[in-house]
Amino acid sequence: MLSASDDRAVVSEALDGQPQDHAVRVQNLSVTYRTTIEKRPTLRRTLVRLGRRQRVVREIRAVQNVSFDVAHRTVLGIIGVNGAGKSTLMRTVAGILPPNEGRIEVHGRISTLLALGIGFKSELSGRDNVILGGLAAGLTREQLAAKYEEIAEFAELGSFMDSPMRTYSAGMYGRLAFSVAVHMEPDILLVDEALSVGDARFKHKSFDKMRELCAQARTIFVVSHALQSLQTLCNEIIWMHDGEIALRGEPGEVIERYRRFLDVGDKDIALEED
Amino acid sequence: MRKPHADTLRTVGPDKKANLRRMNAEARLAADVHVFEPHRTGLPPVGPYLRQLWNRREFALELARANLRAQHYNTTFGQVWLILNPLLLAGVYFTLVTIVRGGSRGSDFFAHLMLCLFAFRLVSTSVGEGARSVISGGRLILNVAFPRTLLPLASVMTAFMRFLPTMAVYAVLHVALGLPIDLELLWAIPLIGLTLVFATGAAMIAATAQVYFRDLTNFLPYVTRVWLYTSPVLYYADEIPARLQPILQANPLYPLLAGLSETVNQGQSLNPEYLAAGAAWAFGTLLVGALFFVSREREFAVRL
Repeated sequence: MLSASDDRAVVSEALDGQPQDHAVRVQNLSVTYRTTIEKRPTLRRTLVRLGRRQRVVREIRAVQNVSFDVAHRTVLGIIGVNGAGKSTLMRTVAGILPPNEGRIEVHGRISTLLALGIGFKSELSGRDNVILGGLAAGLTREQLAAKYEEIAEFAELGSFMDSPMRTYSAGMYGRLAFSVAVHMEPDILLVDEALSVGDARFKHKSFDKMRELCAQARTIFVVSHALQSLQTLCNEIIWMHDGEIALRGEPGEVIERYRRFLDVGDKDIALEED
Repeated sequence: MRKPHADTLRTVGPDKKANLRRMNAEARLAADVHVFEPHRTGLPPVGPYLRQLWNRREFALELARANLRAQHYNTTFGQVWLILNPLLLAGVYFTLVTIVRGGSRGSDFFAHLMLCLFAFRLVSTSVGEGARSVISGGRLILNVAFPRTLLPLASVMTAFMRFLPTMAVYAVLHVALGLPIDLELLWAIPLIGLTLVFATGAAMIAATAQVYFRDLTNFLPYVTRVWLYTSPVLYYADEIPARLQPILQANPLYPLLAGLSETVNQGQSLNPEYLAAGAAWAFGTLLVGALFFVSREREFAVRL
């Protein structure tokens, strides 16, 4: 089976070394949510509020006027403090959240590892969840059947694949989710806060797999707070702050500036890595 | 997928071969371009949406099957519950009605009760499962972009898969009681079809409403029960005194259930008014449900 990356190689070959087209183009993107202010709505407060005719919604401008292009074969790291708009940006690129303004163009098939999306029905087995997740992502049954063994083997779950997922440990959840995401033959892989799944050994394995994907000319977006990992994995970093791009560039430089901004030393970062 | 082109490639020269490969590759890449933009009207473009829905139909089917499997996982009787459950339920209601009526109900009535109860359950299960479908699909909604309509659709499919064996049970009873077997029985197909259309619309309304009003599933069992009592299930439609008729008439399921009972169970010809009213309710509900759901579904990811 030919994946789009092979296609791209063929296309760029034919274009005689002309610059490659972008994988993702984000233009003037803004995303605003409206959420309720109250964490726990109660009947009493609702009635009081209705009496006073107060509005409960608050607008959160999660991403504001962000534009960037990402070339194929890029491993793009996205960093920033909590609430900077990183996850919103990822979800919008994946087509899960609608943009309020702007435009996103994505060339190729996306696979996401955002909220540990596998295992959404904990009463179903890992096998059922893998198949359901794959079908939802638009794969055919045949493609899934061909991939299934590989997914199960990579996740190292053994006979647990046929047990309900509520019996899984957190690490097992993470391993299976990661395995599904990377085996979907994505052209573009979006990974959010899932760099260190499972134990140290599996973490190594997942890193190797991501490098392998990069080598196959896939494009990867990684959101993480593990700065050292990002530095070794990425060839470009975007630092987001308050819904805007604060800085974009070569990993060493951006991470250095971000660290200075956070005012944390290398020692703390090393702790964060595990 | 290179194989189908192999013959073509062999017959053309090397330059053309490269050209062909390039064109194929470009076409494949172009097919995989997604553009995400704000939807101005609140509804996504209908054509692409329906195409995506059709392309992912396997997902809804698989989800429906998986739900069915999970419901009776770990029980001794397992899938036998699919038959046992409706039988027990029909038995309970028959006992109730017989006692209330002072023992005047015969076996024909039991067949009517079973048929209408099973059709009613098709709707109530769809609504109940539908109400939970979006909420319980939270993780998937946060992780994968797909038409969310698939979730309530899968609920309706689950309900239908539970409904089918009950029809077999009814058929056995129908034959055993010597009830008429004639062409009128065929009305069951359009009537149950319309019931499914109605159930789909109702499930979409319930699924959307549940996202905004989480108390809905707490109210739902009571609403369903009153709905059952105001439907011609525990009695024949023509037994209701004239002054209570308006209540019955306001019930969207009344024409469908009454039609089903009169044609399939009693072997009468179908009152065309039932068909017209049933179809109007079914497609009206589907339209309202689909508009309500699809116009809101992009918000679900933020609301979960």
